[in-house]
Amino acid sequence: MTLKSNLKNILLVIFATFILSACSTAKKTGDIDGDVYTGKETVEYLAAGVPDRVFFATNKSSLTTASRATLRKQATFLRKNKNLNVTIEGHADERGTREYNLALGERRANAARDYLMTYGISGKRISVISYGKEKPVNPKSSPLAWSQNRRSVTVKVN
Amino acid sequence: MKKILLTFLFYFIFLIKSFALIEVDITRGNLDPLPIAVSPLHVDVKSDNFKDLKVKELGENISEIIEKNFKNTGLFNPLKKDAFVQKPDIAHLKPRFEDWRLIKAQALVTGKLLIKNEKLKVEFRLWDLTAAQEMTALAFTTTPSNWRRVAHIISDKIYERLTGEEGYFDTRIIYVAESGPKNQRIKKLAIMDQDGYNTKYLTLGNELVLTPRFNPTNQMVTYMSYFRNMPRVYLLDIETGTQEVVGNFPGMTFAPRFSPDGTKIIMSFAKDGNSDIYTMDLESRVVERITEHSSIDTSPSFSPDGKFIAFNSDRSGLQQIYVMRSDGSNVKRVTFGKGIYGTPVWSPRGDLIAFTKMHKGRFYIGVMRTDGTGERLLTENYYQEAPSWSPNGRVLVFYRETKAGDKGEGFTAKLWSIDITGYNERKLSTKTDASDPSWSSLLSK
Repeated sequence: MTLKSNLKNILLVIFATFILSACSTAKKTGDIDGDVYTGKETVEYLAAGVPDRVFFATNKSSLTTASRATLRKQATFLRKNKNLNVTIEGHADERGTREYNLALGERRANAARDYLMTYGISGKRISVISYGKEKPVNPKSSPLAWSQNRRSVTVKVN
Repeated sequence: MKKILLTFLFYFIFLIKSFALIEVDITRGNLDPLPIAVSPLHVDVKSDNFKDLKVKELGENISEIIEKNFKNTGLFNPLKKDAFVQKPDIAHLKPRFEDWRLIKAQALVTGKLLIKNEKLKVEFRLWDLTAAQEMTALAFTTTPSNWRRVAHIISDKIYERLTGEEGYFDTRIIYVAESGPKNQRIKKLAIMDQDGYNTKYLTLGNELVLTPRFNPTNQMVTYMSYFRNMPRVYLLDIETGTQEVVGNFPGMTFAPRFSPDGTKIIMSFAKDGNSDIYTMDLESRVVERITEHSSIDTSPSFSPDGKFIAFNSDRSGLQQIYVMRSDGSNVKRVTFGKGIYGTPVWSPRGDLIAFTKMHKGRFYIGVMRTDGTGERLLTENYYQEAPSWSPNGRVLVFYRETKAGDKGEGFTAKLWSIDITGYNERKLSTKTDASDPSWSSLLSK
């Protein structure tokens, strides 16, 4: 009896440690704050140190502090490269209706565009296009993938 | 659709209005489907090319399509043919009612066909076996290549006689055919008969296309295309294949549908982060702005009388369904339940609005009265949306997607249908993955 219950306890402890360690690794690699993606896994660069994209919370188009910092870097880059035009692609995750997501992508792309314009970039240099949920960067159905897909991406057009 | 397809030559032989003992109640889920025997249609030996296997089997094939249509309604139970007690030609003249009753059939369909001079002549009769009398009979002539439609038209007439409601078998579904990996999907407009046959692709897949909708005569389609990477609403003539952009908007137009009289297209136009609803008259090209709000207003749907428009808007914070007059006045929110609501679609009968609901990570297709009361959720799943009504307002078709793994594996998109009773959920057969279905009206109306 005691041997059995001891064994059980040991197993429980091992099991619990396993779960806890699983949790802590998930937190480390998760890179989600609230439900906004904060990692770098899918990010590409317009130039050294100038990330091409910013991420959004579910159903939201407001810019986070990190997003604004990224867009200021883009604005600096665009001021230095006066002949360069860009398109901002707005995207949504797959957890909404298709038509609403098209509108949401457009709203997100414009939130990024508006911010670049307040930093002196002419609106004429920035076109926007929404792809809604049609072009996920991460095809997985998981909260992490969805957070990577809720994005606006600044793309050079010339 | 070709004129020949539409100009069917109908004439009634005779129609006995009787006290039918059999009737099918379709307002409730039917747990006790009506046993019906569909005899193969007798093929007249005088038919041209009678020895040709296809002609000989035509009677059998037509009866099988009728059986499949009936089975798919969930309201009928077509009986196995090996138990049938009379030859098709003899049964069609006058069935021995008591023999058919022995195999527990309550209704019997018989018929015959003749192919002569490139014309297919078909007649059928529906028999009430309990009352031992004929319920309805009809004959018509068409081109032999239309034989599948003949089966659907017969199905509609029988459904109508037994349920008192219009059928929905001689109809088509337009949808988006999908192929390729989840993050590089190829999408084409596709059209098929409601039973999954005669699939035709209307675009080549060179550009992304979304959300097709028929006009009331089923000859035109409005949809959204990313042609030249400019997301715009298009109008397509199915017969001629001609396409044109709808309106001259300086930005994305999307979520198009026709007005019930087919004279206007209603859609959303997105500019500077704001989407509002507009209409464009197809003849005068006059554009009218219907909503003016800083929120996202989209997924519009006219009431069948054209007096009201349902749409979804996030003006309260999250997506909810609103109803307004067709001039944009008198906007009223109608959904107040838990969760968020989208894609309202007014029933062709005018009595209900179908919708998509999202709550706690699950997706529902439901119906409610047009003032938002009487909400009934019909089906719950991981992801499903975009219901479209059968022309009789009894069945909804929608699309459903499955969860994907790390590399997008396991992802599928399929069309499903469900009765508004909440019964009879089933997957439609499509050649490829499919989404954004839109059901036509009756073709032979």
